[in-house]
Amino acid sequence: MAEKISDDFNYVGKPVRKVDSLSLARGEARFTDDYDIQNEVYGVFLYSDIPHGRIREIDTAEALSIDGVIDIFHHGNTPNTLYTSAGQGYPEPSPYDTRLFDSVVRFVGDRVALVVAESEEVAREAAGKIKVNYEELPAVFDYERAEEPDSPRIHADGEFPKIPVAYLPEKNIAAKIDIGFGNIDEGFKEADFIVENTYRMQYASHCATEPHVARAYYDDRGRLTIVTATQVPFHARRIVSMVLGIPISSIRVIKPRIGGGFGGKQEVILEPYVALITVRTGRASRIKLSRKEVFVSSRTRHPMRVRLKTGVKKSGEITALEMDALMNNGAYGSHALTVLSNAGSKVLPLFNKIPSIRFRGETVYTNLPVGGAYRGYGATQGYFAFNQQIDIITRKLGLDIIEYCKKWHIREGETSKIFEALGEGKEGVSQVIKSCKLDECIDRGAAEIGWYEKRGKRRKLDNGWVTGVGMAIGMQGSGIPLIDMGSASIKMNEDGSFNLFIGATDLGTGSDTILAQIAAEVLQVPVDKMIVLSSDTDLTPFDVGAYASSTTYVSGSAVKKCAEKIRKDILEVASQMLGEEVSGLKVKEGTVVSGKTGESVSYSDICTYSLYQGGQHQIQAEASSVMPESPPPFIAQFAEVAVDVETGKVKPLRFVSAVDCGQAINPVLAEGQVEGAVVNGISYALTEEYRFDKKGRMVNPSFGNYKIFTAPDIPEIKTILVESYEETGPFGAKSVGEIAINGPAPAIANAIYDAVGVRLFETPFTPERVFKALKSREE
Amino acid sequence: MKADFIINGRRESLEFDSRATLLEVLRNSGHREVKSGCENGECGVCTVLLDGIPVNSCMVLAASVIGREVTTIRGLTEDDDTGLSPVQEAFAEAGGIQCGFCTPAKVLVTYSLLSRNPQPSDEDIMNALDGNICRCTGYVKILDSVKLAAEKLKASGKESRKERGK
Repeated sequence: MAEKISDDFNYVGKPVRKVDSLSLARGEARFTDDYDIQNEVYGVFLYSDIPHGRIREIDTAEALSIDGVIDIFHHGNTPNTLYTSAGQGYPEPSPYDTRLFDSVVRFVGDRVALVVAESEEVAREAAGKIKVNYEELPAVFDYERAEEPDSPRIHADGEFPKIPVAYLPEKNIAAKIDIGFGNIDEGFKEADFIVENTYRMQYASHCATEPHVARAYYDDRGRLTIVTATQVPFHARRIVSMVLGIPISSIRVIKPRIGGGFGGKQEVILEPYVALITVRTGRASRIKLSRKEVFVSSRTRHPMRVRLKTGVKKSGEITALEMDALMNNGAYGSHALTVLSNAGSKVLPLFNKIPSIRFRGETVYTNLPVGGAYRGYGATQGYFAFNQQIDIITRKLGLDIIEYCKKWHIREGETSKIFEALGEGKEGVSQVIKSCKLDECIDRGAAEIGWYEKRGKRRKLDNGWVTGVGMAIGMQGSGIPLIDMGSASIKMNEDGSFNLFIGATDLGTGSDTILAQIAAEVLQVPVDKMIVLSSDTDLTPFDVGAYASSTTYVSGSAVKKCAEKIRKDILEVASQMLGEEVSGLKVKEGTVVSGKTGESVSYSDICTYSLYQGGQHQIQAEASSVMPESPPPFIAQFAEVAVDVETGKVKPLRFVSAVDCGQAINPVLAEGQVEGAVVNGISYALTEEYRFDKKGRMVNPSFGNYKIFTAPDIPEIKTILVESYEETGPFGAKSVGEIAINGPAPAIANAIYDAVGVRLFETPFTPERVFKALKSREE
Repeated sequence: MKADFIINGRRESLEFDSRATLLEVLRNSGHREVKSGCENGECGVCTVLLDGIPVNSCMVLAASVIGREVTTIRGLTEDDDTGLSPVQEAFAEAGGIQCGFCTPAKVLVTYSLLSRNPQPSDEDIMNALDGNICRCTGYVKILDSVKLAAEKLKASGKESRKERGK
């Protein structure tokens, strides 16, 4: 099965230009908000300004009387179907706890009403004139206290469809996990010492530059068309259909170019509302969130507290590990179970020789903004704890962390019981690791950062700042095994070009390009012969969408399979034309060549023949892929930081990532995924945070007050793609989209410790927090 | 009100609200190549050149730019409708484009920087890009793109600059 190493490839493994780069560079490519849609009305939300309350009355009379206001929707006049906005496969493992509008509001920023007007300005003005009378209810903001008996219950009086996972709203619990193997108590007894620590990570916004936006209209066939910035067009279609009771056959969802997602658009937020407006008014509709609305009322990274307890022998062997995760989902339970489970499932298999492991987790509701999918998806929070814990253990024992990690990590030919025990809303799937170049990642990354020259040296810079280095390792997955499905169809044109139709969703990642490269490699034609059309539920076959690091591996496998069917058909037609057995023919540079005679026939002639002359048919094929396993990519990441002991300021100086993502289909795009994730991860570790007032109101919902890294802030960044080949993947590929966001926070924390000897258990590492840690060490 | 704007070297007579921002006027008049990310002057995706200098078009009152040269990304290739400017070429080649939403802004900032400072240091480049958020690339390939653009412009020399005017 193995078509091997990149030197043998003509189109895979090459830094091919993105297929949409020309139109993007020219500013011609259309994003959702760029479509010219006539006669459109605008929707603007009114949000709750209290954290928890019951709506006694909504008075819309004055707002409705404003010239240009068409209608106002709220809980009294819209369907009250329960659903989840989580854009996951069906049935979703997230609780159905959301309505279009509810009579209860659960956080400052919850949707109360939607004003529909002829202009956005009028809609905003009218939203300000709606009078809402609330019965205020007590609220809970501290997720570590959400389960206490005197904390108010946030979803306790609802009716919830049965989903096959633990769901205990009477305790504010949105999801619960408890798995394990071995004998945890015995394991701790065997240990020479116990290391137990608690780590915390905070809320964060995805900060895609394009805010959430969706449009809807009836097309000339009377079908409801939704153009939307989504990562999950097929899930969006299904959820809109369910929420509004419209048949799937009446809905078309189109994802045009999209200005970044990072998980934030794996959420079906706006689509049901634009659909509702268009269905009710018959008019085209548009809702675009402001940046403030994106911060407060879309989705966030789930804050998480992770307690990690490890029993360790003097030799360094870990005899038992207990991970206890508590996750804050805010007011609604989007991705409640799966982000939580990924804190364990993506982390715990890494040290697969630990004989006893227990992973317990709970996700709780609070009266704060809503968590959702975010690049890294729980693994970020899990690895923050794990990688610091390893640093602590090895320092305690005086062991070299480089050698320690190399000794204990999972290897090719090995498995972990976690794979089987922990899945996505059900049990997982067991798998044996077939490709793992983590040793090489660690060695090359360490050499690049200058590990042994710098570790423990506490070099002082001219300005008095002290430097240190830290590392973090990790693995992720490549799609959700036996759940995620991608598909493709291809048809051939008589000039030797091909239409490639994929449900897969390019968020700017370049998936349209790498999927075209995979097809081009099979068919041996330049990538510009592949005409890519993706993410249109009327035109392209199904795909779950862009999440779980699935596209290259899962959708890529479907594309490869589909292209192989096309190649077979091409060879059969050529065999008729050349009068030779298929077995003697091969494809080369857009032709079929006879091995015997050297005679060749072009793709153009083959397709023309098949359309007009002999054995007439359209050369076309479709294929689907659902993968029985999820081969993890691996990574080793290294940070060098400088710390100002006077002020607690931390400056990242260098950041190195060495990654095994299997064969990189497009090395430039793969590096781009790593670099983007790294900077997002560094920014999250150092500056990004939601600040709330006493009423649970976010007080910094703007880029001016929520600091994300810009160009001058970044350290020197180096990415190394380590050569690797995953035999189950398309041309040896695994995934690369998420993994690199997990290492920055722990690598920086470990580097800060290396520099100044203080341990930071909570992100972000603001000057205040670092300064406090330095002070408390002095005392 | 109604006034003549000079957009990409062409005079456009546009009807607009006196309170409207340049961003609103541009997008409403079909210049969808100018993107909108925060409408608060904090993300930079709505950048256009005003007399050759980058500005956040969401923070500029349209009425204040009447008669001044406004350049959007489309203005870089106006003479040559199928081509790319060397700066755009460089972004496409060096991996500086992921989602592409901030690309028009980044390209314009680069164009402006290189026209003032043809051989910028890394620091010059990063400082020039300070007001332009990108969440996709981590800025690494953006930096590569700007450096490549500088090389390309140098190689194409005066001729290219003359062709593109200004």
